[in-house]
Amino acid sequence: MKSKGRGWTFPVLLFFVWGFQLGRSLQTERISGSAGDVLEDDPVGRLKVFVYELPSKYNKKILQKDPRCLAHMFAAEIFMHRFLLSSPVRTLNPEEADWFYTPVYTTCDLTPNGLPLPFKSPRMMRSAIQLISSNWPYWNRTEGADHFFVVPHDFGACFHYQEERAIERGILPLLQRATLVQTFGQRNHVCLKEGSITIPPYAPPQKMQAHLIPPDTPRSIFVYFRGLFYDVGNDPEGGYYARGARASVWENFKDNPLFDHSTEHPTTYYEDMQRAVFCLCPLGWAPWSPRLVEGVIFGCIPVIIADDIVLPFADAIPWEEIGVFVAEKDVPKLDTILTSTPPEVILRKQRLLANPSMKQAMLFPQPAQPGDAFHQVLNGLARKLPRDKSVYLKPGQKVLNWTGGPVGDLKPW
Amino acid sequence: MKLSALQNNRRSNSFRGASLLDSSVDGSIKSPAAIFWLVLHGLCCLISLVLGFRFSRLVFFLLFSSSTTTPPINLFSTANSFTETLSLHTSPPPNLNLTPLIPQNGVVTSSGVVVGRHGILIRPWPHPNPNEVMKAHRIIERVQEEQRIQFGIKNPRTIIVVTPTYVRTFQTLHLTGVMHSLMLVPYDLVWILVEAGGKTNETASILGKSGLRSIIHIGFNQRMPSSWEERRKTENQMRLRALRVVRDQKLEGIVMFADDSNMHSMELFDEIQKLKYIGALSVGILVHSGNSDELSSVIVTQKKDEVVGAEDPSMPIQGPACNSSGQVVGWHTFNSLPYEGKSATYIDDKAPVLPSKLEWSGFVLNSRLLWKDAEDRPEWVKDLDAVDRNGEGFASPLFLLKDTSVVEPLGSCGRKVMLWWLRVEARADSKFPSGWIIDPPLEITIPAKRTPWPDAPPELPPDVKVVNVDEHVEKRPARTRSSRSKHRSKRKREAKLAADVSAKHSVEN
Repeated sequence: MKSKGRGWTFPVLLFFVWGFQLGRSLQTERISGSAGDVLEDDPVGRLKVFVYELPSKYNKKILQKDPRCLAHMFAAEIFMHRFLLSSPVRTLNPEEADWFYTPVYTTCDLTPNGLPLPFKSPRMMRSAIQLISSNWPYWNRTEGADHFFVVPHDFGACFHYQEERAIERGILPLLQRATLVQTFGQRNHVCLKEGSITIPPYAPPQKMQAHLIPPDTPRSIFVYFRGLFYDVGNDPEGGYYARGARASVWENFKDNPLFDHSTEHPTTYYEDMQRAVFCLCPLGWAPWSPRLVEGVIFGCIPVIIADDIVLPFADAIPWEEIGVFVAEKDVPKLDTILTSTPPEVILRKQRLLANPSMKQAMLFPQPAQPGDAFHQVLNGLARKLPRDKSVYLKPGQKVLNWTGGPVGDLKPW
Repeated sequence: MKLSALQNNRRSNSFRGASLLDSSVDGSIKSPAAIFWLVLHGLCCLISLVLGFRFSRLVFFLLFSSSTTTPPINLFSTANSFTETLSLHTSPPPNLNLTPLIPQNGVVTSSGVVVGRHGILIRPWPHPNPNEVMKAHRIIERVQEEQRIQFGIKNPRTIIVVTPTYVRTFQTLHLTGVMHSLMLVPYDLVWILVEAGGKTNETASILGKSGLRSIIHIGFNQRMPSSWEERRKTENQMRLRALRVVRDQKLEGIVMFADDSNMHSMELFDEIQKLKYIGALSVGILVHSGNSDELSSVIVTQKKDEVVGAEDPSMPIQGPACNSSGQVVGWHTFNSLPYEGKSATYIDDKAPVLPSKLEWSGFVLNSRLLWKDAEDRPEWVKDLDAVDRNGEGFASPLFLLKDTSVVEPLGSCGRKVMLWWLRVEARADSKFPSGWIIDPPLEITIPAKRTPWPDAPPELPPDVKVVNVDEHVEKRPARTRSSRSKHRSKRKREAKLAADVSAKHSVEN
């Protein structure tokens, strides 16, 4: 009997040792956020989405007028529409749908330089909502509480690029009850509605894949950043742009050999990010930045300098463990903060970044792949179900103010 | 003039600005206080134009330093006061370490993040701190180490380096080069140095500076001969002596041959870790000529041969030749035909020194091939003593193989050159201070030509001969010339080398 016992414990011990070594040699770590281990959930079967058929002047014609909308940072609204049209979660029967999607491309009116003008967007949105509320009964049933809209512009549904103006306007009154899918996220901000889903800005997946370098290229740049420090055209003195944070980075560290930062546009931008340990992601005119997506794809630890920012899919991805958050008032001490990070913490962050599901969740690939940003949006929508019955309004009950907002918004589009 | 100056400050090229100059200009015409401020502002503008910076901000800050929150004199209706001209007294100058300004009627959200103009925070001494820089470098090293562990070579093997050497003027130069390369190798290393003429303190003192842990220093009981042909043979015997040590001590690892005058790149050591049994690398052959006329004549003849299809006169390579499926089908060797009859015979000849057909340094072996009774020893390898029956050595490790098709090509089939072969030596009778330490200090010094000495040539001691060197010679860019002529006692260069050479001569004589 004794020998039998010994014979049994030895293989178990061996198994544990092997398991421990296997864990040690794993190059990635599982990611689980505040909502649990939900990054790899499959939304199919958990919700049904009905896509309204709007006249093409709301979507196709706009895109035809300016095809640049497919490549800029706000292209998520267009690709979301295309994804939903062919997704298994789509249902053609609106009675069984949990969520309703309105395909209106509000961010496709571009200047010659490619920047979107938001001046007509509120009117476009109003017009679309008036259409769906008069042609289908589902909007009036809940006054939009089971509808979601993709508003990827700078300040989301406030529809303005300038923060003070956006705050003055506030969220479009008609969208008060709907769920907004937007890139903007800042805590306690007028333009971030409770229950919004934050998504990353669109970054072209093929372009980034084309610039990958061998992973054994040693990371020799400590901190990397390319972009403006002073927006000379709009704020030459500094202090307004980025709340002075970017200017502070430049003034404090312009002669520091650890910081590889400049305003150039090198062709090797993506390759350089893969050779850097930290990539700065400071706020600009809005707190979010495509650098976050690029940093995650290229394994460069993002250093987020934006107070109170809400990062994409914050309930699914534990950003505090992946990136480094620096308060704007601590920017002069940025080098101390970064160099005093223990190496084990840095290596752990790199392991989390290397997790392929992390990279997948930041991208909008065509065609859609499991675990990508489209699926994370659907997962986020699915997590809001089942709904409280009180969202369904009694007949005759009206909550929304159809004539609220600036007078200019009321003009028909 | 002042009004137009004000209007010129409007930002006309962007739609983000909201200038309130209209209202303030109207106000200024109406109230005398506003006129006073306008006049003052104009004065400040003029002074700033002259000085070149906005001194007015500094002045106002110093004057009103306690009252950064005093209400603005002029009316502003919103917090976004883009008027840079009239906002001087409310916004802090950017170069001082201040807390962000909260505008009077600015929008403050409940989170404390304020919209509006903020100060640019700059610490008192915005320059790199050396401690931080060192910490960052350590972090980078750790990250790179982790990268190497994850993506680099798994289970790296020990590298056994075989170097034949002997004491001569250029030994320190060559050996230090190899030593420093080996010190940078991130893998375990065993360095077997075979020294012709027996072990000496000279060599040992060079090695002592390396910090390498495993050095096997063996003496070889023959002196190094003075002709290149003989030297090659002796070196081969020395290498075999080292291989016997590998066999007898059953050293485990990859054997590479690093001649002391060769140059190795770090990628070489990563590449040879891919070895299975025996591998071949491409070696870049650097053939210098003692006499530049001869070199140019060689190049000219090679260019003529180019039409016929001979080798490209750029640096020749010795190494494996592969077919399209990556197997070794032949060898690229050095084309010595253009140098027929012009190559060096003795070590200090002025002629080009040519490599042998296939240099040992282009080969790497698995040490197990040499062991006497290894179980997994392949059958195509012959025993070392069987090939080297009479102790005369052999010219290349290929002689150890029964079948040369087992050679693995390394460095993407020989396309990547990671080491270079060169032979540069001083005259056979040249002397150098032992250990390169000049002790006792020199007595005779010759003043340099360019110091403010009188024009009359200085008195020289009788045992030093001065020869007027051809100006033409000085302009030749070939670096090897200086190394060879430094030690010629009969030639003397002007200016810079004069002092050194004469100093050496005084020691030698």
